[in-house]
Amino acid sequence: MLSSAWLIPIVPLGTFVINIFFGKRLKGASAYISILAIGFGFLYSLGILFRVFGGERLDASLPWVPLAGEMRLGVGLLIDELAAVMLLVVTSVSLMVHIYSVGYMQGDIRYSRFYAYLSLFSAAMLGLVLANSYALLFVCWELVGLTSYLLIGFWFEKKEAANAGKKAFITTKLGDIGMFIGILVLLANVGSLDFKEVFHFAEAGEMSVGLITVASLLLFCGAVGKSAQFPLHVWLPDAMEGPTPVSALIHAATMVAAGVYLVARSFPLFALSPAALEVVAAIGIITAFLAASIALVQNDIKRILAYSTISQLGFMMTALGVGGYTAGVFHLFTHAFFKALLFLGAGSVIHAAHINDIRQMGGLFKRMPITGWTFLLACLSISGVPPLAGFWSKDEIFLEALRTGHTVIFVIGLLTACMTAFYMFRLFFITFSGKYRGDHPIHESPWVMTLPLALLGFMAVFAGLPGSPLMGNGFHHFVHFEEGGVEPSGMVMALSILVGLVGIFLAWLLYYRQAWDPRKLIKAAPGAYRFLLNKWYFDEVYQAGVVRPVLGLSKVLAWIDLRGVDGGVNGVAWVAVLISKIKCLFDIYIVDGLVNLSGAFFMALGQVGRKVQTGLVQNYALVLLFGVVILVLAKLFLGG
Amino acid sequence: MTPYSLAFHLISFVAVVAALFVVTVRNIFHSALCLILAFFALAGLFILLEAEFVAVAQVLIYVGAITILILFGIMLTHRLTDKGVRQASEGRFISLIVVLVLGALISIVLRATRFPVSSEEVAHPAIPYLGKLLMTQYLWPFEVVSVLLLVALVGAIVIAAKDEVIRKKAGG
Amino acid sequence: MITLYHYLTVSLLLFGIGLYGILTRRNAIGILMSIELVLNSVNLNLVAFSRFTTPQVLSGQVFALFVIAVAAGEAVIGLAIVLSIYRCRNTLDPEDINLMKW
Repeated sequence: MLSSAWLIPIVPLGTFVINIFFGKRLKGASAYISILAIGFGFLYSLGILFRVFGGERLDASLPWVPLAGEMRLGVGLLIDELAAVMLLVVTSVSLMVHIYSVGYMQGDIRYSRFYAYLSLFSAAMLGLVLANSYALLFVCWELVGLTSYLLIGFWFEKKEAANAGKKAFITTKLGDIGMFIGILVLLANVGSLDFKEVFHFAEAGEMSVGLITVASLLLFCGAVGKSAQFPLHVWLPDAMEGPTPVSALIHAATMVAAGVYLVARSFPLFALSPAALEVVAAIGIITAFLAASIALVQNDIKRILAYSTISQLGFMMTALGVGGYTAGVFHLFTHAFFKALLFLGAGSVIHAAHINDIRQMGGLFKRMPITGWTFLLACLSISGVPPLAGFWSKDEIFLEALRTGHTVIFVIGLLTACMTAFYMFRLFFITFSGKYRGDHPIHESPWVMTLPLALLGFMAVFAGLPGSPLMGNGFHHFVHFEEGGVEPSGMVMALSILVGLVGIFLAWLLYYRQAWDPRKLIKAAPGAYRFLLNKWYFDEVYQAGVVRPVLGLSKVLAWIDLRGVDGGVNGVAWVAVLISKIKCLFDIYIVDGLVNLSGAFFMALGQVGRKVQTGLVQNYALVLLFGVVILVLAKLFLGG
Repeated sequence: MTPYSLAFHLISFVAVVAALFVVTVRNIFHSALCLILAFFALAGLFILLEAEFVAVAQVLIYVGAITILILFGIMLTHRLTDKGVRQASEGRFISLIVVLVLGALISIVLRATRFPVSSEEVAHPAIPYLGKLLMTQYLWPFEVVSVLLLVALVGAIVIAAKDEVIRKKAGG
Repeated sequence: MITLYHYLTVSLLLFGIGLYGILTRRNAIGILMSIELVLNSVNLNLVAFSRFTTPQVLSGQVFALFVIAVAAGEAVIGLAIVLSIYRCRNTLDPEDINLMKW
């Protein structure tokens, strides 16, 4: 069964092809084809999971591209615990989103194309997690980036959407460059890109620590881009211009997790370079704190969730960085479910209220109970309230940080967790409680949308249990890197629960009980408020420091090209015209001139000659006489 | 200085001077009269050359007929309001040059040529001798000349006659 | 001694003068007169040659007679033409008779 796992990505790929070419004719049916494909994938993934539970593994490859010398690139499958878990996450969330989109995207003129893109994305993401070499991984990596661009800019008539797609693509591409160089470094040193070979090579000590650090950090660049870490995080909030199901699938649960997956998969490499791991952890925690601070003051429901995603991804990176392989993957696992749920719930709210601004919402809990309850569950989960899933994975991260002596990271992490709880419940209270401030009739969403919400809600509650001590830390024994137990610490647990509750309480005070007016707080620190509202001015800095110079350069080059090429062409044309003008002049004046000259010459000759005919007899007689004189002279002097 | 040479020089002088006057005087009448003088001088030269018959013929024909003819012509065509016979300025100069050059050339040629001068006596008497020549050796030219004179006569009448006379003659 | 050359010189002089007259006289009859002068100089030439080179043979004199006759005929025709021209053009100036001008 494992050896046919390549079917899992291939079937959605086929669906993509079908929907692209025949989508117009299939209309509504295109959705069902895609759902079937991904459903198949989900079931198959379950089967694989059980098999892997049972101890089966697979690492098989086919030769693909032969390179110089002994090197060759292979394409193949790698199925181990990590792959199995990822398969499950991707297929399940993808299936939920496919079903949900039937309702959300209903009536869209490019309905079938949407499903084609969804299928393509699923195929690429599944290929990514199944790849057994950096070569195949990179191909799928790029493909995933492409579909992200296509889906963000799905409503490309809207200028912001088109620009957001571009921004996402370019920003992640920046990270991808680093990743590509890293891959090349590996290829050059190892001679192959298969994970097995690379890790073997590195662990055998064939590569110096410095080289490993360099390669790891370069690979990490790709992760920074894809997972929206600082400083390449700027594209993710803008990507919210895409349809909400897209945000749920790609920018919450799966694609952005690809960066985390990459680091996890490359962990054998990273583990050999403590310096690289420190960098990962540092960037992770900075990202987490930064994003959470911005989320505190945003008013667009999807933007808040976007920054939340960035923050949680930061947590995952931090976990990996401090050496908590299991913690990071576990948090990825739980986060996928509750973040997808949050997004789909937000989509449901937007679908009902036709607006993204939470200030125009309120009091939706009564009118949209299913959405409201599931949303509440997700908020509790992400805030780390036990016994929900988010608590177990977050707790894991804190444990790991403290255990490895990263106290600063631990403290910042707790603070960020508090902020997380605060902004999530701020969102919840403003949106669902109080009085409705908008002017749109509100009703609950159709079952195709609420069913996935319910299913994901179930996962958000219970998905953490496999990793909890209540179930014997099964997850750890399943997914781990080297032996490394983790003893639960009561103090850590207490602290993480505390900070979560503090955040919730503060939000409850401000936004439910309205004990203090938030506006007064804003007035108290207007500068700080604006700083946070404007996302720490990252976009502005990038615009001025990067975008403008590049555009300027391209303008200069374009000017050169225009002038050079056009100038060249025009110059040639001008020269040709000049030459022809000269030739024309030559023809007119010289050639014609000669002709005219000869004519004129004879005319002049005639004009002169005719004067001889004076009509006077005496003149003729004179000429006669003159002739006689000549003759006589000739006779005299020439003899004869 | 023999009488012969004196006579020669005198008569030659008259002839040349008369000729000069012929070509230069303005009044055409005077020009004709000088012509008569020139003819007479020439006749004198003929006599000096012992060609009496020719001298007489010269006087008879030239002076007697031709100059009368010319005078008649002058009288028929003379207009009292005529301006002088001033020649064209350029023509005069060039013509003089050319004539002088030609004259010079001819004189050079003449000087260079040795003519076979014979010192025999002239045939006496000349007239019967001339008559014999005319009737024998030069008979043919003699007859032709008479025909020529006839033709000249008729032609002159035809040319000079008034138009209506010709038309009348042709029509009638 | 009066030699042949003397007569020839006179003849040449007359010839030249007559020639000059032909070329320059502005009266047609004047031209005719000059022509007569030329013919006369020729006569003189002939007679002189006859006298000095072949005094026994008088061909020169015969020739001179013929010249006189022809000259007469020519003078007649010439005057007829002159009269005719005068009737048409009312002028005898050769300069004014230039219909053949270019």
